[in-house]
Amino acid sequence: MIEVIAPGPYATVQDLGRPGYGHLGVPRSGAADAPSLRLANRLVGNPQEAAGIELTFGGARLRLSAGAWVALTGASCPVELLVPGGPGTSGAEAGDQEIDARHERRGADGREADTGDARGLRREPGAEIPGGRGLRRDLRAGMYAPFWVPAGGLVRVGTPATGLRTYLAVRGGVDVPPVLGSRSTDSLSGLGPAPLSPGATLPVGPARELAPITVDAAPPPPAARTPVRLLAGPRDDWFVPDAPAALCARPYEVSQDSNRVGVRLRGAVLKRAVDGELPSEGMVAGALQVPPDGQPIVFLADHPPTGGYPVIAVVAPADLARIAQLRPGDTVRFRL
Amino acid sequence: MIGPDTAGTPGGAGRRGTPDGADAMTVGGADGRDTPGGAGSGGEAVIRRAGEHGLLVETGALEASHRLDALLRADRPDGVVEIVPGPATVLVVAPGADLPRLRSRLSLLMRTAAAPGAGAAAADGVVTVPVVYDGADLGEVAALTGLSPREVVERHTGRELVVGWLGFAPGFAYLTGLDPVLHVPRLATPRTSVPAGAVAIAGPYSAVYPAASPGGWRLLGRSPMPVWDVAADPPAVLTPGTRVRFEAVTG
Repeated sequence: MIEVIAPGPYATVQDLGRPGYGHLGVPRSGAADAPSLRLANRLVGNPQEAAGIELTFGGARLRLSAGAWVALTGASCPVELLVPGGPGTSGAEAGDQEIDARHERRGADGREADTGDARGLRREPGAEIPGGRGLRRDLRAGMYAPFWVPAGGLVRVGTPATGLRTYLAVRGGVDVPPVLGSRSTDSLSGLGPAPLSPGATLPVGPARELAPITVDAAPPPPAARTPVRLLAGPRDDWFVPDAPAALCARPYEVSQDSNRVGVRLRGAVLKRAVDGELPSEGMVAGALQVPPDGQPIVFLADHPPTGGYPVIAVVAPADLARIAQLRPGDTVRFRL
Repeated sequence: MIGPDTAGTPGGAGRRGTPDGADAMTVGGADGRDTPGGAGSGGEAVIRRAGEHGLLVETGALEASHRLDALLRADRPDGVVEIVPGPATVLVVAPGADLPRLRSRLSLLMRTAAAPGAGAAAADGVVTVPVVYDGADLGEVAALTGLSPREVVERHTGRELVVGWLGFAPGFAYLTGLDPVLHVPRLATPRTSVPAGAVAIAGPYSAVYPAASPGGWRLLGRSPMPVWDVAADPPAVLTPGTRVRFEAVTG
């Protein structure tokens, strides 16, 4: 069980969403930065589609009632692990045995060899947390690598310096009841579990049948400096001929009122050549929908399945995660 | 700040908007009025690219959308994960599929779907939706249309409607074919909450609210029949192409 002590500014349970229900008005939803969730799952030996936690601007504190492997990916945050076993406590022995057994099962590997015996590390002098009620800092926690959280361990995630969404996967997956085949919170329709709030608890699925953890660490994706790739259409003919050039000429700035539904952009106005209204039509993730004010909105995971504003272009799926990591004030440049 | 926000609270603060299209991000032109573009009949179907994984077929008409939708569901091409019919289009999403091949398949199917006399899409019979006509706006609709409340009910129950498409919310079906006399504008100020089961009209459409939500349509009554249940398969009773008849019952 994961106990939410603090969710940060906005946190939800996410898997890869509920595709196939668009014709019934159901958004796909799922992790906004799906590659990051998949990677976090791989790092703890989960199936890639297992549910994890999507943090927005980090800031979460989560306590695990039973020991589990955890991995964090996406926007890089400072990560702190506080484990039971500080001065005056004696309840950490069971956890120690569990972690040692896990290490043996994993076999020799470079990362663990570098840090040495887990028991030794936990007893590193000076790692006690003042006022931590018997918790002490465990220095093995961080981004982009699995780490063991013993029973009662507290994961503290700080604020990312860049990027927006951080993913936490737990071995066994977050096991809330699925709705229409998915455990994702859909911020648009309200399907799935409520956004995380202090005191909420999330069950963790069984890890027994899972494959062993074979990946020690993954390199974070390099900061991309190239423009985000677009594919023109389907409604580029609703715009003046030089609108695509305008779209790509200068960077757009991400507006404050962006969310899991879409990223609102501020920049060059995309002028329409066709007046009137488009009958509503199916929308895809990454679509640049252009309302009458000419300022595009890039649709993310919780976008409505249909929309009535023309889509001038669609972000290449490989670049969609970059859009999902944009924070208000960031700029983004496009190329067709 | 993006936060819990504007984003995370559907149903709260009208973030979700209403079917009125107050919010550019969530709605916009959900109207399906006649428009520029459209395939028309004859000639090759216009199939537009909708990103790396999607094709948007111009059907030109709702009936053709329903026929193409039915053909695709009856024999789903490899890799197709989403088929979303609209008033004049069908979106087909197929990540990793051979799109040129899918395109020619869609082009062929479109010929069948657009053929004269192709008949109705499907719909095994008619779904009868019972309605208790005691809605808060029944009197006002009567006033707006110059009918008596009883005549409004007769007009609403007097025709077979067809589910055009779904949108706005899971299970929210836009029912087409409403008697033109009942085409009334939406409320100037949407209600912050409309109960599940509310039967309403706005513009050329009628609908049964699948769940409680904000809404600006005019309420004629309520149906005791649930139209949306996430535990059912399919979760929606009113799927695109379904024929619907309202029936007055006493509550």
